Amino acid sequence: MSNNNKHIASHWEHFAHEADMGIRGFGPTCAKAFEQAALALSSIVSSLASIRPEHKITIACAAPNIELLLVDWLNAIIFEMSTRHMLFSRYEVQIDNEKLTGAAWGETVKMGRHSPAVEPKGATYTSLSVHQKNAGWVAQCVVDV
Amino acid sequence: MELNGFERLSELEWHLPATDAMRVPVIIYADEALMRDMNDKVREQAVNVAKLPGIVQASYAMPDAHWDYGFPIGGVAAFDPEEGGVISAGGVGFDISCGVRCLHTGLKTQDISRVKEQLADTLFQRIPAGVGSTGAICLDSREMDEMLAGGASWAVQNGFGETADLERIEEGGKMTGADPAQVSQQAKKRQRDEMGTLGSGNHYLEVQRVVEIYDQRIAMGYGLTQDDVVISIHCGSRGLGHQIGTEFLREMAIAAASLNILLPDRELACAPIGSPIARRYLGAMRAAINCALANRQILTHLVRQIFSQLIPQARLPLLYDVSHNTCKVEQHEINGRKRKLHVHRKGATRAFGPGHPDLPPALRATGQPVLIGGSMGTASYILAGTERGMQLAFGSACHGAGRAMSRHQATRLWHGRDIINQLARRDILIRSPSCRGVAEEAPGAYKDVSAVIEVADRAGLAHKVAKLVPLICIKG
Repeated sequence: MSNNNKHIASHWEHFAHEADMGIRGFGPTCAKAFEQAALALSSIVSSLASIRPEHKITIACAAPNIELLLVDWLNAIIFEMSTRHMLFSRYEVQIDNEKLTGAAWGETVKMGRHSPAVEPKGATYTSLSVHQKNAGWVAQCVVDV
Repeated sequence: MELNGFERLSELEWHLPATDAMRVPVIIYADEALMRDMNDKVREQAVNVAKLPGIVQASYAMPDAHWDYGFPIGGVAAFDPEEGGVISAGGVGFDISCGVRCLHTGLKTQDISRVKEQLADTLFQRIPAGVGSTGAICLDSREMDEMLAGGASWAVQNGFGETADLERIEEGGKMTGADPAQVSQQAKKRQRDEMGTLGSGNHYLEVQRVVEIYDQRIAMGYGLTQDDVVISIHCGSRGLGHQIGTEFLREMAIAAASLNILLPDRELACAPIGSPIARRYLGAMRAAINCALANRQILTHLVRQIFSQLIPQARLPLLYDVSHNTCKVEQHEINGRKRKLHVHRKGATRAFGPGHPDLPPALRATGQPVLIGGSMGTASYILAGTERGMQLAFGSACHGAGRAMSRHQATRLWHGRDIINQLARRDILIRSPSCRGVAEEAPGAYKDVSAVIEVADRAGLAHKVAKLVPLICIKG
């Protein structure tokens, strides 16, 4: 089997943007790439290792296309972070026809332990892309902080 | 940025003629060094703005311009409803009505030297800052709507500050046309316990010292003298504004096709002025402006309480409060004709010149104070609006230094603790919940604010009045 046919391992990264932060999730499926993009979002704020996945919340959203669905998913997480004063370090996503059901696990912000660096204001359409690459999926956009 | 295609109309004015789908030219105010330092994306984004329907005169970029989403930061664009002009949520940004307010203290540097450490610690302890912080008040549904309709005026009525503050705030502290009913329940939920909070990122509260006066007459008019201690607060409409920006950007992006608007970039999502969606956005955006004004008013009240306990002789009247992420309806004269325009300023400060009818009587002779924030270790500036500036970019100036590098890059170059120690050696006390946040906001991650100010002054966008340096900085 050639490398191109191997499913890429789930992982995330940040990419540079002059004023804000780019986030990019990779996964063998679109849903996994969305989960990884969410981890990249969380790690803008704090180290993932410092966030205990103690409480689960559920999230559901729908959009006219898969790219807007990524933005909606990330903005739903930002909303939950903001209103519950929580940080999340684990995500699960299922996607069916541009409808997403997901879950996030985390805990209430503890200033001392989490030392939150910056607050995400919203996911944007800048560098927004959800696409297949090397037998896997990439989900990315810039987050306004 | 590549300079090919630009005509240099003067040393500080760069003109990119309208070609293809551009309806107006791009005009950037900068010297050659600032131009070359700008990312090519600034040019691309300013060109895209020039393609929007009903844009008047030019798509402008200020000397601190850097690329953002849709409109560049430092972008100014005015649209005429009579020519099919549009309102753009991306032309205002997520942090609606983010701005700077400056307070006098009546103190000199030596008056605070004895309590400086205590002042820094108390401000950090009592001013809610950073992710997850909440304010001391929690608004119910009725109070939320009253706040969104009343702005700083609502805050004063509820015991936060003094009536005299209001005339030193844009719009008299209350943006008319705000429609709380157009603000979603989600946006209100995000704001419920965030009143009187600073936020994070580049937001701050600084105790500063006036180190240089450039124009004695105007400084006197503003009540500023050498070595004065002043306080600057930089923050915006918090979660409520972010949520409104998020929701309307999405709605306008989806609706663009049905409104026959061809968007060169999804982030330019916009709607014709007067359309139902534009009217709803204006109502919600104006409510967010009121939220920002109320928020800065409550923070002012907290600062006054702290000063009254630690330095009882201090008096903290307001110098001015001005926003730099807004869309406002203003009258401007274009080719001899007065027109009502919807002026978008995204990371650009309104800078009305002397005699402008919207200025309070006390500031009408000098022109509007233009408050320009620096970064933790560098200077901030107070400028004054000019008559010439009214003719250049609808009475607009820069808003800060502008970032020179990404946050990612900054954390690779600096450690927050090192920055805090270095600044402490320069007698600048930093208090922040996050060392990484401090590294991301390192002074070196920003352009040279002094170079930006020189250009703004020499180009005539606004006139230099005073330079301030930080003594204490509370970072969110």
